[in-house]
Amino acid sequence: MAEKMSTRDAYGKALLKLGESNPQVVVLDADLWTSTRTQKFREKWPERFVDLGIAEQNMIGVAAGLALEGKIPFASSFACFGARGWEQVRVSVGLANVNVKLAFTHGGLTVGEDGASAQMLEDIALWRAMPNMAVIVPADGIEGEKATLAAAEHFGPVYLRFGRSNEPILFTEDYDFRIGKAAKLRDGADVTIAACGIMTARAAQAAEQLAAEGIEATLLNLATIKPIDVEAITEAASNTGAIVTAEEHQINAGLGGAVAEVTARHCPVPVEMVAVNDTYGETGTPDELLEKYGLTVEAIVAATRRAVARK
Amino acid sequence: MEKLLTEQEAAALAAKANEHRRTILRTLHKGGSGHPGGSLSSIDILTVLFERVLRHDPGNPRWPGRDRFVLSKGHGCPALYVVMADRGYFPAATLDTFRQMGSPLQGHPDIRFLPALEVCTGSLGQGFSEALGLAIAGQIDGAPHRVYCMLGDGEIDEGQVWEGALLAPNRKLDSFVAIIDRNGAQQCGHTEDILDTAPLGAKWEAFGWTVYEVNGHDVQEINWALQPERIVPGKPTMIVAHTKKGWPISFMMDSPADFHGKAPNDAELAAALAELEGQ
Repeated sequence: MAEKMSTRDAYGKALLKLGESNPQVVVLDADLWTSTRTQKFREKWPERFVDLGIAEQNMIGVAAGLALEGKIPFASSFACFGARGWEQVRVSVGLANVNVKLAFTHGGLTVGEDGASAQMLEDIALWRAMPNMAVIVPADGIEGEKATLAAAEHFGPVYLRFGRSNEPILFTEDYDFRIGKAAKLRDGADVTIAACGIMTARAAQAAEQLAAEGIEATLLNLATIKPIDVEAITEAASNTGAIVTAEEHQINAGLGGAVAEVTARHCPVPVEMVAVNDTYGETGTPDELLEKYGLTVEAIVAATRRAVARK
Repeated sequence: MEKLLTEQEAAALAAKANEHRRTILRTLHKGGSGHPGGSLSSIDILTVLFERVLRHDPGNPRWPGRDRFVLSKGHGCPALYVVMADRGYFPAATLDTFRQMGSPLQGHPDIRFLPALEVCTGSLGQGFSEALGLAIAGQIDGAPHRVYCMLGDGEIDEGQVWEGALLAPNRKLDSFVAIIDRNGAQQCGHTEDILDTAPLGAKWEAFGWTVYEVNGHDVQEINWALQPERIVPGKPTMIVAHTKKGWPISFMMDSPADFHGKAPNDAELAAALAELEGQ
């Protein structure tokens, strides 16, 4: 897998397509367009771009007003800073199902050297708690682009979490991304690994290693964490009898929690979670941080062995 | 300040506002909870706005060419509901359902239940940003309608308001007219004791707004300031309307914090209505 791309770059690429195809799409940014990759849209369609300044709370309300007039606003910021507008989203957007897209980049530890204040690890928990909100964490550049295009077509609030780091391309251009649908990347009878974001590529490597030692894993890419694909998770749990989740997020209330909510209600099986263990990040390279905080291929392999042992 | 209304017109508007005051008090009394102080302080402004300023069609509330109005101080919704009922957005009898489960007249304005509203408000500061978004959409489309937004003077403690205060002049948003109901009190006391925002007009001027300061209980002054001729091209407008919380009910004005968020009981309703008889 030589080709690499960040999902924030995929977001910027998708916006250029939307700029051409949908005149209702407008982009908002809080002084981060060089990083969020909205810059090219801004240059091409300045009349459909709103500079808010470093003012995320106001950005959310302005986005709501634009959406109520029929626009499709993509409010862009870093995942950490956009989250300070959570309560603005709750009342101005979520409450009445207003058609605002939150496109927040720089999710997770892979922000790297900027350190803990910019490493968002609580966003899946925050956003999936909100009624009407769809939550999507794309795994690669292709899924990131397709998820952005799908969000524009979907009526209602959507949270898109994009990453800063260049990651391997997993999908092909003919991938049929659907909001709310899991993508099965591998079939195996012994255990299921469910992952999102950068952890899907690591989970794919883990599945290869496990196969070498005789453990065959089903791999589900769960880009949409809300509404979660209950059918795919229940079927995988039923077929394999154990699940491992992997996410670049806190262990509490993220993908692992969402999967466990499904299995608890529909098909109770052992669930092991690979995630950040209720702590904050720090300065480091993305690889150093993923190693220190346990978001590695090895961690997924170890968790999978534990899950299989619990069957 | 030029008097644009004849004496008869002004007297009729003032009388209508006072009739609205009775209806607000009865609505709150029947509902059993809600916010009388900030409803009474804002009713003269809302009356002038809905009678003399807004281009709107109550029979077709989503008419695309309408001027938009956002009550950012959403707790003051009894005043808005009473004016909307009077203008025919819904039957007056609906006011009797205020704050009851299933009513279109929710405790704070909610477009899910009353689609004639523009946005959901109730969390302070948010309506102002949403109203700016409505105005920016109009600016992008080159639409001729204006957006009017009323804030409370306690509400402007919220940092979000000052983010928007910076944005509107930067975007030369001259379709945007904001009004602060400067009633001098918020839930826990007088604004100057909680978080003093004086000098208020000078602050908005410094941010780049055209500012008019008026007596918010004088329909002539309100009407003058709200007319489109007051708008300076390329700039948003801020009207600081000096009012009294609970006006003109003596015991509500004497204890504005007590009547911020408490409906009048039987005795208080009778006393308030008796005071209004003397007006």
